[in-house]
Amino acid sequence: MCTVANMLVGEKGIITDLSLEHIPLNLLEMGCLPGNELELVQLAPLKDPLYLKVDNTYLAIRKETAVHIEITKI
Amino acid sequence: MKKIKEIKISLVGNPNTGKTSLFNILTGLNQKVGNYPGITVDKKQGLCKLSEKVNGIITDLPGTYSINPTSIDESIVLDTLLNIQNDDYPDVVVVVAEVENLKRNLLLFTQIKDLEIPTILAINMSDQMKRKGISLDLEVLEHELKTKIVLISARKNIGIENLKEAIVNYNSYDRIPVAAIAHRMDHDFFEDVRSQFSDKYSLYKIWLLITQHQSANFISEEEHKKIHHFRRDISKIEKLQHRETILRYSVINEILKKGYQINRKEGTDLRAVLDRILTHKYFGYFLFVFILLAIFQSVFNLANYPMDYIDSSFAQISNYLKSNLPEGPFSNLLSEGIIPGIGGIVIFIPQIAILFFFIAVLEETGYMSRVVFLMDKLMRRFGLSGKSVIPLISGTACAVPAIMATRNINNWRERLITILVTPFTTCSARLPVYAIIIAVIIPNTMVYGVFNLQGLVMMVLYIIGFATAIIAAYILHKTIKIEQHSFFVIEMPNYKLPSLKNVFYTVVEKTKAFVFDAGKIILSISIILWFLASNGPESYKNAEKLVKAQQVDHLDDDSFEQQLSAFKLQNSYIGILGKTIEPAIAPLGYDWKIGIAIISSFAAREVFVSTLATIYSVENDEQFSTIKERLAAEKNPVTKERRFNFPTGMSLLIFYAFALQCASTIAIVKRETKSWKWPVIQFFGMGLMAYLAAFLTFNLFQ
Repeated sequence: MCTVANMLVGEKGIITDLSLEHIPLNLLEMGCLPGNELELVQLAPLKDPLYLKVDNTYLAIRKETAVHIEITKI
Repeated sequence: MKKIKEIKISLVGNPNTGKTSLFNILTGLNQKVGNYPGITVDKKQGLCKLSEKVNGIITDLPGTYSINPTSIDESIVLDTLLNIQNDDYPDVVVVVAEVENLKRNLLLFTQIKDLEIPTILAINMSDQMKRKGISLDLEVLEHELKTKIVLISARKNIGIENLKEAIVNYNSYDRIPVAAIAHRMDHDFFEDVRSQFSDKYSLYKIWLLITQHQSANFISEEEHKKIHHFRRDISKIEKLQHRETILRYSVINEILKKGYQINRKEGTDLRAVLDRILTHKYFGYFLFVFILLAIFQSVFNLANYPMDYIDSSFAQISNYLKSNLPEGPFSNLLSEGIIPGIGGIVIFIPQIAILFFFIAVLEETGYMSRVVFLMDKLMRRFGLSGKSVIPLISGTACAVPAIMATRNINNWRERLITILVTPFTTCSARLPVYAIIIAVIIPNTMVYGVFNLQGLVMMVLYIIGFATAIIAAYILHKTIKIEQHSFFVIEMPNYKLPSLKNVFYTVVEKTKAFVFDAGKIILSISIILWFLASNGPESYKNAEKLVKAQQVDHLDDDSFEQQLSAFKLQNSYIGILGKTIEPAIAPLGYDWKIGIAIISSFAAREVFVSTLATIYSVENDEQFSTIKERLAAEKNPVTKERRFNFPTGMSLLIFYAFALQCASTIAIVKRETKSWKWPVIQFFGMGLMAYLAAFLTFNLFQ
């Protein structure tokens, strides 16, 4: 199983599943939904938070949230 | 006379869509900032002439990604749009969207549209469509979204007249929901809901009442019970909310497929290049520190000139009134109470305005989000969040807006710690206290030929402020036992040049809020102090007789006057108060006059300076006109040394660095934490720390 937390910078993937108890509603509302493309744009200097591009929205989340977003790499 | 019709308009939209720019264009300077009842969220309203016969009252609601709130600010949107009895309940809602992120913006649009209020979609930044390879089929989109769409560019002032016209015609638009998805979420559940409530509420509205369990005061007791009945299974409600979002996006995707095309150009654009530099693992931090230093340096240097000017102008006005008005209690009140009091407020304006100017510029450009990203992991070690950086920086202007800025920290624990430590940062109210003491006790010399010694001491005090905030956060982090899911989401907006107009409005708004909020407190304290200093019990009233009786040698008139006024001050109400606390503050190196200044500045720090000014202008004559000269001339009656010598001055600096002497901060902490517990802990904790640290400092330098 591959999650956003173990992507490399520049890699892209399609979101396959989110464990809903661990994902805040507002992250979904910003476009982080199953089926959408996700790119890891950058890591902060201390490897956390993660700077993502999801469906043309750029946002940053912490690693503890990223481990709950499953993806398939493309 | 023509009859003018007024319509109420709510402006809603995601953050970073240019909603505020649009508000500024529509209303110009016809804005007023108020408060929503019970909470201190800025309520921005403005008047706009829409046509010959129609005026619009526009409310700029806080930016939000969704109608489901994640903060107090965002909950305003829901409150305003849900409650028909609300004073601001709009005739028409204008949803501001940005052309490049239309999909995400439409989520909020579909939610609002489903409330069945007339809704207009204003698509902003339309002037950039060509450059970004975007094409829209307006006819299709209007049909599918069942709304009126207006293309605008708030920055370039395009499409504004069309928007005004569309607003005037608000009654001709459909009120039907665009995404009737309730039954696709859970057919049986929503059938049940619909059958329980009357038709006057739309299904989506009832759904919002169920999910946002706030005490809606416009529904009946019976309806409340029903709502609670449907809320039994919270985890089911939460699942449905997630499902709702997914379904909404699928509806939006279908619509956009028909009417929205984009050819994205991939590759290294400005964002990628700037991100790489600004969030670089060494250079990013270096640049951040550099920017901070540059800002503080320029705030200090730029504000110096107007502040000196204001200080001496008010001294002049005071002296002028003193010598030109007929003697009497009213003239005294004016020249010794009110004028110095107002001066004590006005003197802050340059500093606050300049600092908020820089903060607004950093926010406008998108750089602040990068700082949050850069600092988050580091700050988390101290129990803070990357988002705590903005409050901590704003705290150098004023803790009140800074504490309000913690609202977008979603994790309660991190937010609480940020609120508790923010008052340690060196706010502008401390600056006049620091400035006056430094000017008196630190020589104005150069160190190594480059650094001004006075400037260095000031810088050290800033560093002490930040360092204490961080250390205190760490201690709180280790002691506060609240566990909570930490949800951290922040948008990384596009970089853009700051709009000077928006920056200007922010600066005016924040400065105005300071002048009126803090100003009221400062002015009233100045007047009370003046009264307490120029009135007293029996011994005060018989001062002249008593001083004469004390005299052994015959003194000349001048020394007699001086002795008389010193005696009067000692025996005035405030002198008695100061004398009472003198034993408690003597170990810190303070006398009763400084004691008076400290007592009065527990409501607002800056009052320290104006209190000393008041005390010395009551006591002294026209020989020394500025406050600084008066302080430097003040002597200890026993040792005949300068009262403001080095140990006492240092002890005062440290005391003011730590103590929480600000009624407005206490009030805002109470409001934001919803209990007296935290402001009380904060007040006594910081007070104790200030006392001990000042005691140590005084004895160290003694």
